[in-house]
Formats: sequence, structure tokens, C-alpha cells
Amino acid sequence: MSDIANLALNCLLPITVDSLSLALNDRVVIDRITCQIKGNGITAIMGPNGAGKSLFLRCLHGLVKPDSGQVRFAGKPPSQAIRQRQSMVFQAPTILRRTVLANLLFVARQRGVSNPQTSRDCLAQLRLDHLAEHPARLLSGGEKQRLALARALIIKPAILFLDEPTSNLDPTSVETIETNLQMVSRQGTKIILVTHDLGQAKRLAGDVLFLNHGSLSEHNPATSFFKNPDSKAAKTYLAGNLVL
Amino acid sequence: MSIYSDSFAAAFGLLATADSDLMEILYLSINVSLLSLALSCSIGLPIGAILAIRQFHGRDALVGIFNALMGLPPVVVGLLVYLHLSRSGPFGWLGLLYTPQAMVIAQMILITPIIIALSCQVLEDMHEGYKDFFDSLVVPKLAALVAYIVDARYSLMTVVLAGFGRAVSEVGAVIIVGGNIDHLTRVMTTAIALETSKGELELALALGFVLLSISLAVNFLAQWLKASAKRRAYV
Repeated sequence: MSDIANLALNCLLPITVDSLSLALNDRVVIDRITCQIKGNGITAIMGPNGAGKSLFLRCLHGLVKPDSGQVRFAGKPPSQAIRQRQSMVFQAPTILRRTVLANLLFVARQRGVSNPQTSRDCLAQLRLDHLAEHPARLLSGGEKQRLALARALIIKPAILFLDEPTSNLDPTSVETIETNLQMVSRQGTKIILVTHDLGQAKRLAGDVLFLNHGSLSEHNPATSFFKNPDSKAAKTYLAGNLVL
Repeated sequence: MSIYSDSFAAAFGLLATADSDLMEILYLSINVSLLSLALSCSIGLPIGAILAIRQFHGRDALVGIFNALMGLPPVVVGLLVYLHLSRSGPFGWLGLLYTPQAMVIAQMILITPIIIALSCQVLEDMHEGYKDFFDSLVVPKLAALVAYIVDARYSLMTVVLAGFGRAVSEVGAVIIVGGNIDHLTRVMTTAIALETSKGELELALALGFVLLSISLAVNFLAQWLKASAKRRAYV
């Protein structure tokens, strides 16, 4: 049995982040973040602009190598086999210059699950089935993001990373995406979501990591974070004021 | 203006009657150009792809060199190939001088840098755009490269057509290494040069019209490919 097959759905948890640091152009953008993300459900990463949320997410997924510190999945260091059990949806999704269905099949083929019917079912789940043969780059912003989510979900990831997947999208697309996130979360996929949208975090998140100036200000269950945040920066942020 | 209309009529007449000399020249021109293009693509596309996706010491300098080589003077290439293929040259024993094969070699040297530089640019853009997504998906390098080529197919076709355009319209190098020998190495461009030097302007212009038509057809094809790809957002 392959390494990938050995990695059962939840054997990548908890995600342990130990003193993760990163500097870009001599500026510290992630500053000694230590935390543990455990349990299923949806973890939201929040914070003001420039807090380092997206970079932190990229470090977790392994797209950016930190200067120091480490990320471990169920105690194991990141590896290709572990990355293959993860998916990421970017804020501005990369859409292949092919049809919608071909986009999905490309991803499926990388994991050896290129069953056209499964792909069509996945498109239907994201309400894109009627656009299967449509050139993917001609889709609207919301449709492109739903396609990106369909591509991420078709490989049935153990961990799904999302970087502001619904920013500037129409409410219908947001609703479709959120419904699907809740569904796959219930099915056991761990979701880690960067979002600016307080309403979305309240609707979806089980716990919240709040970052400010590259540091982790707090990591609490969503209910207590929204009711009574620990940090001053989070209080200011939730009050809708500028976090300086 | 009559020389133009007469030449146009002559060109049309030559084509309409499938003049055997013209057909022979046309056949050789297309043959030499297509063969040199095929060889250039088989060398240039992989090199362009490697330069596009691999970072290594000296890579930028190599890209700069290939960009500069796009403007290689054909007569210099012709001269260098001549020196190498002439009897006293290192490859003189092959006996290729004044043969269509020598013309293919010269054209290949001229258009390979074009194929490398332009395909590198096209594939580099693809690599930049797809890198994060493919890294996230752990797409193997070779599979990624195939995906770049598939997705950049229309742009790459334009690159290939640009190479063909350069090959078919080239004169300086092929006249030196081919020698413009009747029924052996005479192609459109060298025939035009010869007819002009003989004062046979009507025939030279007629051949020019045919060459221009080929060149225009290639360019229209490139435009059409690009436009149809653009309509589907494939470029």
C-alpha cells in the first residue's frame, strides 16, 4: 500500500506549529508562531491586512518554507505524501486554459481518480454541471472560485486550506461555497480558512486564530473569540476599528 | 503600375498552369523550410521549456544570448556554415555544400534561437501563472511541462509559424551554402535574387508575389489561430 493510501483521512491531525518565523526583504512577516490545530471542523485565520495570514497558510501547506520553526502533521514532518492529502484554494484561483470539466479531470488525474462521472458529480455539487464543456477562463469570478473548490474537493483531501475564497463574490456563490465547506467538514475534512469576513467566520468556524503583525495574538474557540476576545487587537478588529 | 499588374498576371499564370520550374522551386522552398523548422522545433522547444521552468546558474545569461541570436545576420550564418561544410572545413568530408541539406542546416541555425527564445517566453509565463497551483497539487515536473505545452498550444503554434516565416523568406544564408543551382538548390528567394540580377523583373516580381502570398497566408493563419483561441480565453 502506498504512503498516500496509508494516510487515513484524519491521521494528519493535530497540526503542530512550533515557533514558525519568516522574514521577507528583512521584514519579519511571521514571528515565532506556536499553536496546535486539532479536531475536525473549520479553523478560521483572521486578522487585519498585512497580519501574515496568507503567508502563514502557505507555510502550513508547505508552499512557503519558513526561516525557522516547523510544522508537523500528527507528529510527522511535511512530506510529499502528506501534501498529496491536502488541497488549497487560492484567493485568485489559477484556471487552466481548458474546459471546466478538463480542469477538474486534470486535478483528478494527478491523484489517479479520473472517473468522468465522479468529476461531473463534483461539478453538480458546486452547481457547475451545466458549464462542464464551457471554456473555464470565461467563467464569472464566483464560478471560477466554485471550480477551484470543486478541483480541491475532487481529491477528497484530509486538510483543505482556503485563502479568502469568497472575497468579492456574489451571495449565491458564497452560499454554495459555504454549504459545501460545511458538508465536507462534516464528512471529516479539516478546513483551515483565511477570511476577513466576520459573518463568514461566525457562520463556519469552530475556532479562530487571530494574527496581528505576524504574531499569533490568540487562538480560541469561535464562540468565546467573538463574545470575549482575549487580545486588545482582536477587540479593536471585532469592533470594526483600525488595528494599528 | 503596369509592371505590378503584369507581374501579378504572370504570377497567376505560372501558378494556374502549374509551371514545372515554379513548382519545383516552390516544392524545394517549402520542403527545406519545413524540414529546418521541424529540426529547430525538436531542438528549440525542449531547450525553451528547460529554460522556462528550471533555475540554474547562468540561465539568465543563456536566455539573453538566445534573445540576441534571434537577430543573427543570415549572411554570417551562411558564411560560417560554408566554412564548416567546405572541402577544407571540419565537415567537408560529408559533401553537403551546395545541397538542400546544407540549406536546411543554415536555416535551422537561424530559426532555432527564435524558437528557443519565443517558446521560453511563452512557457515562462505559463510557469509563473501555474506555479503555486501545481506546487500545491504536487504535479511532477514533466506533467507540469506537458500541461504548459497543452495550455500554451496556440501561442506555441504562433511561435512555430514565426519560425516558418523566417525560414521561407530567408535568402542570405541559403544562397551562400546552396549556391542557387538550378533544379538542385534554387528556392524562391534565391530565384528572385537571380532574376533581379538578370533584369527579369517581371519574373522576379511574380515569384515575389508567390512568396508574399505564402508569407501572408502564414501570418493570417497565426492571426486566426490566436483570435479563435482568444475567443475561448485559451491564450
